Amino acid sequence: MERRTIFAGWVLPVCLVAPQLLLTVFFFLWPAAQAMWFSLVRQDAFGIRTEFVGFENFADLFADPLYLDSALRTVVFCTAVAGLAMGTALLLAVFADREIRGRAIYRTLLIWPYAVAPAIAAVLWVLLLNPQIGVVAHALKSVGVLWDYKLNDTQAMIVVILASAWKQVSYNFIFFLAGLQSIPKTVIEAARMDGARGWRRFRTITIPLLAPTIFFLVVVNIVYAAFDTFATIQALTHGGPGKATETLMLKVYRDGLINLDLGSSSAQSVILMVAVVVLTGLQFRFIGRRNAE
Amino acid sequence: MKPHTDWLAHSILCTGVALFVLPLWLLLAGATQDGGAIARGELSFVPDLRNLGIFWSVLTDRAPGGSPVWRMMLVSAALALAIAFGKIVISFLSAYAVSFFRFPFRMLCFWTIFITLMLPVEVRIVPTYAVMANFGLINSFTGLAMPLIASATATLLFRQVFLMIPDELVEAARMDGAGPLRFLRDILLPLSAANMAALFVIVFVYGWNQYLWPLLVATDPKLDTIVIGIVKMIGGDTVTDWNRVMAAAVLALLPPVLVVVLMQKWFVKGLTEGDK
Repeated sequence: MERRTIFAGWVLPVCLVAPQLLLTVFFFLWPAAQAMWFSLVRQDAFGIRTEFVGFENFADLFADPLYLDSALRTVVFCTAVAGLAMGTALLLAVFADREIRGRAIYRTLLIWPYAVAPAIAAVLWVLLLNPQIGVVAHALKSVGVLWDYKLNDTQAMIVVILASAWKQVSYNFIFFLAGLQSIPKTVIEAARMDGARGWRRFRTITIPLLAPTIFFLVVVNIVYAAFDTFATIQALTHGGPGKATETLMLKVYRDGLINLDLGSSSAQSVILMVAVVVLTGLQFRFIGRRNAE
Repeated sequence: MKPHTDWLAHSILCTGVALFVLPLWLLLAGATQDGGAIARGELSFVPDLRNLGIFWSVLTDRAPGGSPVWRMMLVSAALALAIAFGKIVISFLSAYAVSFFRFPFRMLCFWTIFITLMLPVEVRIVPTYAVMANFGLINSFTGLAMPLIASATATLLFRQVFLMIPDELVEAARMDGAGPLRFLRDILLPLSAANMAALFVIVFVYGWNQYLWPLLVATDPKLDTIVIGIVKMIGGDTVTDWNRVMAAAVLALLPPVLVVVLMQKWFVKGLTEGDK
């Protein structure tokens, strides 16, 4: 879409767009280009000699069981976080959309966690589940569960999934509620007249009308789970025990900035970039088509 | 129709609220309890009201080896405000330029900004760090804030707002002799105020809650944000003072939570209309 009426001249607009453009070029495009270049070279241990190696860094990654494990772990983690956070949010939004007393209060009480930093969400979950101090952990132990997520792989995964999903529920809740409110009351009323009630109405009317919101949130939640949970995982488990909760994001960080393996970590960055491009592309395509209908 | 109480809705929503409010309550209560008792596993939901002074003492005391909490709060506030204002201003101006003018390479500019949507800081941390090192911006406030200011989302949001402004309004302003800058100030600015408020909430929270970028770029304790400070407190080799960590976490939560709750109306509208 374009405007018909515009102002003349090009000096002013170029000056106005320049700051944004400069920041974009220096802090987005240049680093991205460098990541692509570094992913194709290999440096010796002292960083003195650089040699072009083509796609060898990528080939190494895909042959590395540690990398493939981490990728699989990330898929499991993202699916669980997105599913849990979206399911909970949809359930709450459906009931918060009803005409009940005190719904403004309910909404505020469900929206505030949006403001919680992922790292602080981790602290809250430590208070619940830490084997030494956690109140829920003590309850679990008192009924005979051997609870220690610092030693048990599965438990560690459960803890980082819970803490990450918990933080994302309010974001999803806001979007689901807005989506539900935008469904015309007449449509719901017509379905009611036709005798569609409860679950059936929800499945055949509400869900299809919410489809664009659901798809949008799937993409946002996957991107959130893949990247923004770095702080949550780092604060809770540091990726451990062993590598039990090391997602691709933690691996890029560790390989690039702790182990200083420039080639491999750049190749990992490029793979993540491709993943984000695919996800965002899908999202725009799908939502764009929805709007055109 | 007789109004009746929807018990199912109330019970589900109350469970949901409990899921979010109870951990927060535990944090508040725990902050006032004895650190040693917490470490022994005696954390309880009952606050010790005699210990409310803990919040003040945590705010002013210097943690061993780190900076005091008030200083970290100041760094966080400065960072969040710098990013929020910076982002709003440059996005507003660039959206104005691409919407209301025709200039060479206009669409190239637009797409350049647009594709940054696909390059979150996380996926290019190592090379971005290298670029910052080249500029000598490691361990500086500028280096901390600048890369987080560029924004495709905010530019797209303002562009959408601008596209909905009727041509007649622009025409009328021009007939009355308003130049581009006058039009920007007297017409676009007031029309975008609500969107700016919404954007402010979103970006303030985003800036306040940053973790990975400050962790990389600012290793000098003087530049520690409160979020970084808290993760350091629980990850250290020394024994964790849990009550002090909790008090610091309460303080860290206050500003963003207040901003979201007080500006809820704009925020919700801006988020749901802007992100799509």
